[in-house]
Amino acid sequence: MITRRTRRSLLAVGIALATVVPLAACSSGTGSSGSTAASGKDPDKFTVLTANENTTIATELDALASGACKAENKALPLEHQTVAQADVVQKVTLLASQGALPAHFIAGTAMVRPTGDLGAAKLTLDYKTALTDLGAWKDVLPAASSTVQSVYGQMVSLPYQYNVEGLWYNKEIFTKLGLSTPKTFDDLLADAKKIKDAGYTPFAIDGKDAWPITRLIGMYIFRNVGPDAMKAVKDGKTKVTDAAYLKAAQEVQKMAQAGYFGDGFISKDGATANNDFLTGKAAMKYDGSWLLSNINDKAQDTIGADNIGLAPFPAVDGGKGSIDQWAANAGAAMAMNAKSYGPKTGAWLKCITQNYGAQALQDAGVISGFTVNKDVTGVPAPTKMVQEKVAGIKETVLWFEALMDAKSTALAQSNISLLTTGQMTPQDYMSQLQTSLDANK
Amino acid sequence: MKRVFGDRKTIIILLAPTLVIYVLLKLVPVLWSLGLSFFEGNTLRGFEFVGISNFTKFFSDPAAMQSLWVSVIFAVLATAGQIVLGYLLALLYVFVLRKGSAFVRTAVFFPMVLPTVAVALLFRSLVSVGSNQGPVNAVINVFGGHSIEFLASTVGTMGVALAMTYWSSMGFYAVLLYTGLLDIPDEIIESARLDGANGVRLVRHIVIPLSLPILISSIIFSFNSTLKVFDSLLALNNGGPGTSTSPLTLYMYRTAFEYSQYGYGSTIALVLTLLCLVFTLAVFRSSTRKADA
Repeated sequence: MITRRTRRSLLAVGIALATVVPLAACSSGTGSSGSTAASGKDPDKFTVLTANENTTIATELDALASGACKAENKALPLEHQTVAQADVVQKVTLLASQGALPAHFIAGTAMVRPTGDLGAAKLTLDYKTALTDLGAWKDVLPAASSTVQSVYGQMVSLPYQYNVEGLWYNKEIFTKLGLSTPKTFDDLLADAKKIKDAGYTPFAIDGKDAWPITRLIGMYIFRNVGPDAMKAVKDGKTKVTDAAYLKAAQEVQKMAQAGYFGDGFISKDGATANNDFLTGKAAMKYDGSWLLSNINDKAQDTIGADNIGLAPFPAVDGGKGSIDQWAANAGAAMAMNAKSYGPKTGAWLKCITQNYGAQALQDAGVISGFTVNKDVTGVPAPTKMVQEKVAGIKETVLWFEALMDAKSTALAQSNISLLTTGQMTPQDYMSQLQTSLDANK
Repeated sequence: MKRVFGDRKTIIILLAPTLVIYVLLKLVPVLWSLGLSFFEGNTLRGFEFVGISNFTKFFSDPAAMQSLWVSVIFAVLATAGQIVLGYLLALLYVFVLRKGSAFVRTAVFFPMVLPTVAVALLFRSLVSVGSNQGPVNAVINVFGGHSIEFLASTVGTMGVALAMTYWSSMGFYAVLLYTGLLDIPDEIIESARLDGANGVRLVRHIVIPLSLPILISSIIFSFNSTLKVFDSLLALNNGGPGTSTSPLTLYMYRTAFEYSQYGYGSTIALVLTLLCLVFTLAVFRSSTRKADA
């Protein structure tokens, strides 16, 4: 006879099982397959997961599917999936744990590093090995592969973009005020003062997204400490609270408090900041070469494409970095699923690597990290200017948060509004960041 | 009928489908989350049993404590404002506008049907400064004042968030409390008036005591919903400046889904659940004591 007490015990055991069984079921994720050889099994479709916010990759891959990669598309049809940029980590983690990763997918920066969730589980394809096997490694620009390997610690992302970052400036305002492009940080501050006194906003800043300001901190650090400044922090050899790093936060706070970022920069979004620069209200904007799509759009750019110049972030007097070291990145991580990498997927990879460079440049004016293997006509003047700058770059640096974990990156960016409005001291900003870096090693 | 409902088998047969769905959709996820609190990891990396370390971490984590504080402060201020404004509106409907209150009721209720994110973006635009100067700063400028960047400070952001919450939800609480006031018999109000109770005295000694049950329900409802505030503070200023207006829900979301720490994220969710439970019990107990007194 089942007593009430027995029934209660059975109920408790049932609840405990309901709690523990699903946990056991979802703790199986870590696979052990290799990440390099083309030993995977091709999927039924070449599914590509991209961010909603970036439609260029999907559009250009569609163009390749009906053009240069027609045969590859026939063998393994292209299919698209999209995800909001903010949900990438969550979605990819879930798909990977279910063994449902698409053939080619966007991923979070930390995930694809050797110690990241995907990297440790060896779920990402090593492009260097794969492309060398396919005879297409030469179609990846050395600068782009170097940037990818610096950021992710391995060649696990295709460089659909190759962006350089610098100070875009309005030539007309500079000529009118008798300014030349700044060679040192002191020149930059002197120019900013004259620009502000003349009634313009010196810098168009998208403070809502915070990264345009943390970029300034990072660039000051690279110029002051040298190109390996943030790697030294990551390796634990130094701290961001050291005087040479702290100076960057102090200088950027001073710039904000001198009014060089304009009114309301904290809540200003990217579109408004672009508009300020492209309509001549602001004289400078620190941004990446992705700004070309706005500059090349005559509806947005009312000051004229010929009126816009691009200069590197200036040197810091006595600093160990050089003005010639441009900041560069290769877009969001676009990895390939090692488990579904078979011959047909390999054919797609080869075709993309050999043709995407020319396709994206011709169609969208996008500079990628692939070689341009066909003649491209009608390239807009600003795009040509950036291409020439890229061709002349000898050494690149990353950006401030490039080597940080996700939590510290979020902290560096969320605290920037407190720093620039004087609600947080540069010391507190850097020491909170260092605490987070230490806690998330 | 009595025989049917007196039969235990019948009760079980009638209740079982609903109970099964409820258990699967409600209790299992809650228990699952409770279980996750004792683990760390994610679905890809796997889970490792960590005992109570997520709980000790929570109480020594300054970011968690700050978020807890933000949630509680926001919930207290939002609840107080929503209930006071809602109650005043309800009194206006019943004692001043009377049968002509339908239009005002609808108009004040209307913001409730708007998506919170849209309302947050609207308020962002209202207080914006600089290139896209919003009307609030335009008015300040007209009176000779300097533009204020509300979203650059914690107090400013919290103020805008509260104003937004009051604007969008006071109409709902007004309707809720209005139904409670309608239940008060006219004879009681009339006799109180004959006894000389008017204005504040009438409200304090007759109307509030008689509408106490609906008032208590409204407070519990309001506190529990504002304690779980997420979308409005996220859309308004992304929990900023810094993380100074980041509530516990946003910290939980970021921890679980952006930093892939599902165990710690579940611990934060559990603390939030306990907070709601403790508050609800506290209000119930105090109201029962009042009713007994």
